[in-house]
Amino acid sequence: MKLASKDLLGIKELTKDEITLVLDTASGFKDVLKRDIKKVPALRGKTAVNLFFEPSTRTKTSFELAEKRLSLDVLNLAVTTSSVVKGESLIDTALNVQALGADFMIIRHSSSGAAHLLSKKVNASVINAGDGVNEHPTQALLDAFTIKEKLGRIEGLKVAIVGDILHSRVAKSNIYLLAKFGVEVRIIGPPTLIPKELESHGVKVFHDMETGLRDVDVVMMLRIQMERQGKGFFPSTLEYFRYWGLTAERLSIADKDAIVMHPGPMNRGIEIASEIADGPRSVILEQVTNGIAVRMAVLYLLAGVRG
Amino acid sequence: MKELLNKQDIDRVLARMAHEILERNKGTGNLCLVGIQRGGVHLAKRLSRKVKEIEGKDVLVGSLDIAFYRDDLNIRKEQPAVRRTEVPCEITDKKVVLVDDVLFTGRSIRAALDALMDFGRPASIQLAVLIDRGHRQLPIKADFVGKNIPTAIDENVEVNLEEEGLEDRVTIE
Amino acid sequence: MKILIKNGHIIDPSQGIDGVGDVLIEEGKIIEVRSQKSEVRSKEQKTRTSNSELRTIDASGLYVFPGLVDMHTHLREPGFEYKETIKTGTLAAVRGGITTVCAMPNTNPVNDNSSVTDLIIRKAIQEGACTVYPIGAITKGQKGEELAEMGIMHGEGCVAFSDDGMPVMNSLIMRRALEYSKTFNVPLISHCEDMNLSEGGVMNEGLLSVTLGLKGIPSEAEEVMVARDIALAGLTGGRLHIAHVSTEGSVRIIRAAKERGINVTAETCPHYFSITEAAVEGYNTNAKVNPPLRTASDVDAIKQGLKDGTIDVIATDHAPHHRDEKLREFDQSPSGISGLETALGLSLKLVEEGILTMKQLIEKMTINPAKIMGINKGTLKNGSDADVVIVNPDKDFKVEPEKFASKGKNTPFEGWVLKGAAVITICKGKIYEQ
Repeated sequence: MKLASKDLLGIKELTKDEITLVLDTASGFKDVLKRDIKKVPALRGKTAVNLFFEPSTRTKTSFELAEKRLSLDVLNLAVTTSSVVKGESLIDTALNVQALGADFMIIRHSSSGAAHLLSKKVNASVINAGDGVNEHPTQALLDAFTIKEKLGRIEGLKVAIVGDILHSRVAKSNIYLLAKFGVEVRIIGPPTLIPKELESHGVKVFHDMETGLRDVDVVMMLRIQMERQGKGFFPSTLEYFRYWGLTAERLSIADKDAIVMHPGPMNRGIEIASEIADGPRSVILEQVTNGIAVRMAVLYLLAGVRG
Repeated sequence: MKELLNKQDIDRVLARMAHEILERNKGTGNLCLVGIQRGGVHLAKRLSRKVKEIEGKDVLVGSLDIAFYRDDLNIRKEQPAVRRTEVPCEITDKKVVLVDDVLFTGRSIRAALDALMDFGRPASIQLAVLIDRGHRQLPIKADFVGKNIPTAIDENVEVNLEEEGLEDRVTIE
Repeated sequence: MKILIKNGHIIDPSQGIDGVGDVLIEEGKIIEVRSQKSEVRSKEQKTRTSNSELRTIDASGLYVFPGLVDMHTHLREPGFEYKETIKTGTLAAVRGGITTVCAMPNTNPVNDNSSVTDLIIRKAIQEGACTVYPIGAITKGQKGEELAEMGIMHGEGCVAFSDDGMPVMNSLIMRRALEYSKTFNVPLISHCEDMNLSEGGVMNEGLLSVTLGLKGIPSEAEEVMVARDIALAGLTGGRLHIAHVSTEGSVRIIRAAKERGINVTAETCPHYFSITEAAVEGYNTNAKVNPPLRTASDVDAIKQGLKDGTIDVIATDHAPHHRDEKLREFDQSPSGISGLETALGLSLKLVEEGILTMKQLIEKMTINPAKIMGINKGTLKNGSDADVVIVNPDKDFKVEPEKFASKGKNTPFEGWVLKGAAVITICKGKIYEQ
């Protein structure tokens, strides 16, 4: 079995079988990451270019490490040094990168659909590392991998996603992925940050933690961006934490074996209490490790589509 | 299609190979068997049982997936499925016997050698194969051979094993 | 030179004409429109004896309409000549059977003073293929702060005023503008959009915008301003024209206002009754337009509004952009559709669907906009400018942007096959054959 497209643009575009293939392949790479020599020659001689038009530390380092561990040659095009700031269009930048011989382009961009635009214009495999408020597919894949690793399955679980769903590409990708696996997805947050339209994707909307978290197997917290408080989405971070922060008391409403996830970077005391973030049910750091394995799997499988 | 080995033949051949491995290595000391996914893994396990029957001692058995080390990743239509690699011990300074079902071009063995090296620096690596069908493309030679079979390049040697839900036998077509 | 258009099916809503007949043109003016065959034949013989310079056009099986009037066009000149010029824009109009265009003021510099107005008019006379009437800005620089010199611009040739694209957010300024414009009896054309509610939006708000991760513009961003401007029109008695109506709610508010006798007219554009927001899928920047494409129920409501007369006019909102500007990230590409060359074909579908009669459709594309703008156009009355379009209702034409006369190739209708096309457009007696 192989992936259908040369690009990974979003979870929307993947089938359940393709997602399963990525997760299974990632297990093999997780083994590699446990060795002393954490590098394999699978993609030796190929080139990956990381086009990060938006600041990012986690995703960028995760991709970079995944690429290096597959023996790819890696080029980082930072937004501050690129000619984008000089007014070059995305397409021109991409075509230039292609002319340099890129086999993979990993793009993060503040515009939704930027990866789609790129994929239509270049032959390289395009991997969406987050586009606007559309999708962040590798994050959802690594979250699914972590859930499966921790709870043994994805099907039939109850997952709560809490926070700023409106501006979260992570939430979107997770919702699409979990829906494909028949998971009961609940989204919890203030009405200003919950697009009610998502109900037609089969998710259940809650505005209070007490009912939303009941019996869930996974609590996925999202980062609250500080700049939202001035825009009328909620009055203050203090009030936000009072109603939607994850505390020990609230976590006790969830299933007793529920795991806690966060895509990072965390705002301790704003969306999640420190003792929960560092507590025994937190799998936040495992998510980071799994991110590398999943991204290796994606690169490896996409290389197969191109050949 | 022609049968080359039946169930009994395979069993006899493996018994002889187990003796040869023990003879060459002077027992099980520091010895480790590593099968190449997938057929080699089953054969390595069978060899370890033979060793136990002969010497009464357990020998470590591992599995090796060579997908990431193949030299044809660029030309294949589809990426090979990634299977588990379980190296049972620190292999540095161990005498490792790689086990595979059919030795053909030698390319899988080359990949396996590279894969193994990433786990450590073994004292030695030896190669045991059930079938050597010739047509080497690399300077690789098996230390222990179950059966040498002259073949035409376009013939297909098939090793069926009970572990895969099939009847034990080796055929050529 | 004389032109005789023979045996065409003439529809001129301004005179209630709907039947087979002939149109005679002389020296760029309409001389006569007759439906009695015998009389025209005698006339023809007369003219043939008196003047050999007669061009006869056989319009049998074809429609003959007054040249279409587009009251909402962006010609981009001065300032954005890379997108469009008066020359290319008017050529595109003529291709689409349009003989009069009203040019929106969001040029660079903005048409907020008489020197820009004068420049546009002079350029249009020199290079324009059809008639161009400038629309002046309501406020200086379209900033919504200080009234522009409406009177002087009106004297120079501006026929209406609008801050199109940049709505007048300050209700007091809009009130003053509506009051002041009464002096000159000119309409104010309002681009209805609450800029706070629509902030950052790039498409219709709804499930699709959430799914695509694009910031939505709710219908209400248009509707609250439609309601506000209607209230101000009621307060002031000024002439209000609502531009590019795109939502069901707007249609409802305008309908109610008309019932209450408020001095308001309204237009929509072909894209608002031809396609929905679904055209945006795949991040198609050619379907990015402001107001955004809406839903199927909005499309139905717009059609109903056209049918019951709530919406008076079909305008193009022709908004050409350079190819490179549309070949961008969706949220960074400019809004607009190049519409002059597809408007007629798309609008004729309304007749085919039985929503409008041919006469009603032509009324909304000729005499209605002409009346609103107070210009002597959109009619075949004796003595008026010889602006005529001859339309073959059965001719299929495939939308191929690369063949557009307009510099703007930005259309979501690429590849569509439209039924009905202008075969001959006559502007003040000048014949353009397609």
